[in-house]
Amino acid sequence: MSEWLFFLEVTLAGLGSGALLALTALAYVLIYKATRVVNLAVGEMLMLGAYLFFAFAAGWGLSAWIAIPLAIIGGGLVGGIVERGLIRPMLGESAISVFMVTVGLGSVIVGLVELVWGTDPRALPAFIDTSPLFLGEAYVSRKIAVAFVTAAIVIGLFLILFRFWRGGVALRATATDQAAAYSCGINVPGVYSAAWVIGGATAAGAGLLLGAIGGISPVMGVFGLSALVVVIVGGLDSVLGALIGGLALGMIQSWTSTYVGGEYTNVVTFGIMIFALMLRPYGLFGTHEIERL
Amino acid sequence: MSKGPARLDVQGVTLTFGGVRALNDASFTAEAGSITAVIGPNGAGKTSVFNCITGFYRPTAGRIVLDGEDITKVRPPARAARGLARSFQNIALFHGMTVLDNIKLGRHAYMKTNLLQAFFYAGPAKREEEALRREVEERIIDFLEIDHIRNKSVSVLSYGLQKRVELARALAMQPRVLLLDEPVAGMNREETEDMARFILDVKEEWGTTIVMVEHDMGLVMDISDHVTVLNFGEVIASGTPKTVQNDPRVAEAYLGSGDPQALVKRIEREMAS
Amino acid sequence: MIIGTAKESYPADEALLTTAPQRVWMTIFVIALIAAPFVLSNYWLYLACLAMINVISATGLNVLTGYTGQVSLGQAAFMAVGAYTVAYLERSLGTPFLLNILAGGVIAAAIGLVVGLPSLRVKGLYLAIATIAASFILHFVFVNWTAVTNGNSGATLAPATVFGIELATYDRLYWLIMPFAVLLVWGAANLFRTRIGRAFIAIRDRDISAEVLGIPLLRYKLMSFAIASFYAGIAGGLWAYLFRVVTPESFPFLTSIFLLAAIIVGGMGTILGGILGAVFMTLTPELLRVVVDLASVFVPDAATLLSPVRTIVFGALIVGFLILEPRGLTEIVDRIRRFFRLWPFRT
Ligand SMILES: Nc1ncnc2c1ncn2[C@@H]1O[C@H](COP(=O)(O)OP(=O)(O)OP(=O)(O)O)[C@@H](O)[C@H]1O
Ligand SMILES: [Mg+2]
Repeated sequence: MSEWLFFLEVTLAGLGSGALLALTALAYVLIYKATRVVNLAVGEMLMLGAYLFFAFAAGWGLSAWIAIPLAIIGGGLVGGIVERGLIRPMLGESAISVFMVTVGLGSVIVGLVELVWGTDPRALPAFIDTSPLFLGEAYVSRKIAVAFVTAAIVIGLFLILFRFWRGGVALRATATDQAAAYSCGINVPGVYSAAWVIGGATAAGAGLLLGAIGGISPVMGVFGLSALVVVIVGGLDSVLGALIGGLALGMIQSWTSTYVGGEYTNVVTFGIMIFALMLRPYGLFGTHEIERL
Repeated sequence: MSKGPARLDVQGVTLTFGGVRALNDASFTAEAGSITAVIGPNGAGKTSVFNCITGFYRPTAGRIVLDGEDITKVRPPARAARGLARSFQNIALFHGMTVLDNIKLGRHAYMKTNLLQAFFYAGPAKREEEALRREVEERIIDFLEIDHIRNKSVSVLSYGLQKRVELARALAMQPRVLLLDEPVAGMNREETEDMARFILDVKEEWGTTIVMVEHDMGLVMDISDHVTVLNFGEVIASGTPKTVQNDPRVAEAYLGSGDPQALVKRIEREMAS
Repeated sequence: MIIGTAKESYPADEALLTTAPQRVWMTIFVIALIAAPFVLSNYWLYLACLAMINVISATGLNVLTGYTGQVSLGQAAFMAVGAYTVAYLERSLGTPFLLNILAGGVIAAAIGLVVGLPSLRVKGLYLAIATIAASFILHFVFVNWTAVTNGNSGATLAPATVFGIELATYDRLYWLIMPFAVLLVWGAANLFRTRIGRAFIAIRDRDISAEVLGIPLLRYKLMSFAIASFYAGIAGGLWAYLFRVVTPESFPFLTSIFLLAAIIVGGMGTILGGILGAVFMTLTPELLRVVVDLASVFVPDAATLLSPVRTIVFGALIVGFLILEPRGLTEIVDRIRRFFRLWPFRT
C-alpha cells in the first residue's frame, strides 16, 4: 500500500514539473506558430526571467508580489527586443540561419547572467508557503502544487485566447498563411512582436516558478531543452501537444529519477526524442507541411 | 551516351490533395522521338502530371510506364537515372553554384566517383570530371550558346537565361524523355524563338522524346507533333495540333462556355487550392 | 586586367588554384607552415596546434552546415568520441598512434551515421535538435562507462611515439597535427570539385528539386554528416595527444557553439572560411585574456570574468556575423582583394 502511495507522490511531483515543461513548451509553440522560428534560446530566456526576479526581490528587496510581475514584464521586454533587434533583420533568411541566431543569443544570455550574478547556484526568496499539502494521503510539495495550478491556469487562458480573442485569431491566421493574413489587414509585424513578447513573458514566468522550486543557476536553461523535447514530440505548432507532452514527460522524468536514478533522466528524455523523431517526425499533434515544386 | 528516345505512357493517373482532385484518370502517350504538348488553363493539373511522372508526387491511382517498364513505384533519383529529365515551372536552379556546376549536376546519376576517389581527386574522379567538363562545354554550352555566362552565379542571370540553363542541366541528364514545364514563360519574342529552335534541335540532334507544358499557343502549334488538353485534371482532347485547335471543347475550356454551373465549379476549385 | 582567366585547357580550369596570385599566396603559406616550428615560441606553437585541430573540426562542420545546409550542435561530442577512442586504444591496446587517430575518426563517423538517421524522415532543424540530444546522451556515456572512459576522473594517456621518439613537445606535435590538417582540408576542397560536393550544395539550396535531378537525399545527407563526424573524430584524437588527458568536460556544449561560430565568422560554404574562422576563434579567447589581464589593474577579480566574457563573445560573433556579414571573413578578404585588384600581381 505505501508503495502505491509513494508512486502516487512521485507521479504528482512529475505532474507538477510537467506543468512547467508544458508552460515552457508553450513559449516555443507561440513563437514558432507566429514566426516559424525554432527559438533555441527559450531556456536561456527562462533563466534570465528567474534572475530578474532574483534581482528585484533579493537585490532591490521588493516584495515578491511586485517582483513577479516585474520579472514577467522584463521577460516580455527581452522577447520584444530580441524580435525587433535580431529576428526581424533576418526575415527572409533560411530557417537554419535564424535558428543559429537564437543559438548565439542563448550563449550571450548565459554569459551575461554569469557576468552579473556569477556561476554559483542561488535560492530565490521564498514567496510560496512551505507547509506541506496532502491530497488524500499523498504528500505534495506546496511549491510544486502552486506551480502546477499556475501553469494550468495560464495554459487554459492561452487555449481560450487562441480560439476566441481577436489577437489569437490573428496569430493563427498569420501562422497559416502570412501573405493572406497581410491582405486581410492583419498587422503581421505586430503579430510577430506580440508572439515574442508573450513567449518571452511566458518563459520568464516558467523560470521563476522553476527557480522557486529548485533554485536558480546559469545552467538552468537546460530545462528549455527538455521543453524542446516536449514540442518535438508533441508537434512544434501544437498547443495541445505542448500540454499533453509536457505532463507526460514530467511524469516520465519523475519516475526515471526516482526508480532508475537521477543521472538517467537526460538519457531517457533525449532517447524519447530520438525515437519520436524516427516514428513521427512532425510530432503527435503537429501538422505535416506539403511541399510544392 | 544516351540510349535513344523512349516512349512514355501516362495511364489513368488520378491524384488527390485532401479534397482537391488535381488529376482524374488522365492518360496520354508521348511517342518516342516526338514532341508532345500538354496544354490547359491554369490549375488544370499540368504541373501535377509532370510531378507524377518524375515521382515527386505519388498518384492515387494509375501507372507511369517508360518504354514498357512500369515505374510508378520507382523513387525519383532512380527515375532520373532511367533517363527522365525535367525543367521546372518556377525555375529550380541552385543559386550557390555557377552555371557550369548547375549543368554538371545534371549528370550526377550517371557518374561513379565515390567518396574516397573524390577526397583525393585521383584516378577515376579526375578522369570523370574532366570528361564531363569537356562534354558539357562542347555539346551543351556551345549548343545552347551560353559560353559567356558559364562561370557566372545563376542568381545574376536574366529569367530567359535561367530557363536556358535549366534546359542545359536537363540535357546533361542524358534524357530519353525530356519534360519542359513552360519553357518560354515570361520570355520576349526573340528569346521564345531561340528556345523554340533549341527544342527542335534537341529533338533532331539528341533524339529525345519531349513533353512540354506551354501556354504559348503559337509555340505549341508550331513545334509539337501531338497535343493533349487537360481541364480540371481530365484529358478533354488529344490529337494533332490542327484537330485540337478546332475542337469546341478546347475553346470552351479556355474561354468558358457561358454555363454558370461550369463557372461555379471552377471558382470552387480555385478557392479550395 | 584580371589575369588567369584565359584557360588553355579544361583540366587547367578544373585545378584547385586557377590564378597566379592564388598559387603565389599558396607557396608563401606552405613555406610559413614549414618554417613555423623553427621560428615560433613554445606558446605560439601550442596555439598553432590548437588552431589546426579546430581547423579540422570546423572544416568538417562546414561540409555539413556550410555546404549541405544541415546544422549540427554535436560536433564537440564527436570530437570527444575521437579523443576517448584514442585514449582507450593508447591505454589498453597500445596500438600505433596513426591507427588510433584513424579509429577515432571512423568510430565518430559511425556514431554520426546513427545520430543522422532521423534526417531520413525529417529535414532542416530536426538534425540540429537530434545532435543536441546526442551530445547529452554521449556525455552520459562518457561519465558512466568507466571501464572505457575512466568516468569523471578522466583518461590520461602516453604521448604518441614514432621510432621511439615521444611526440610530447609542441614542436614535435606540430609535425603530427599539421599534416593531418593539410590533408583533411585539401580533401574537403577536392570533394567540391566532384559530383559529391555538387550534390551537397544542391541539397542545401533546394533539396526537393535535387531529388528529381537524381540525387538520393538520404544517402548524401548521411554522407555529409558522417564526413563532419569523421573530421571531428580525427580532430578529437589529435586533441587527446596534445593534452594527454580526456575528461567528460573536455568537450563541453560550448565547444560545439565555438565551432559553429567559427564557420559563421569565417564564411559558411567556403573552404577558406573554415580555416579563417577556426584560426580567428582560436585566437579570440587569447585576445580576451590579454584584455582581461589589462583590466585586472582596475577590476579586482577580472580573471573570473574571462569565462563569461568568452561565452558572450562567441554568441555575439554568431549573431553579429549572421545579421551583418553572413558570408563572413571570406567576404571581407575578398573585398580587400578586389580593392587592391590583385596587387602586387598586376599585369
Ligand atoms: N501540393 C499540393 N497541395 C495541394 N494542392 C495542390 C498541390 N499541387 C497542386 N495542387 C492543386 O492541383 C491543381 C492543379 O495544379 P497544377 O499546378 O498541376 O496546375 P497547372 O496546370 O500546372 O497550372 P498552371 O498553368 O497555373 O501552372 C490546382 O488546383 C492546385 O492548386
Ligand atoms: Mg504548372
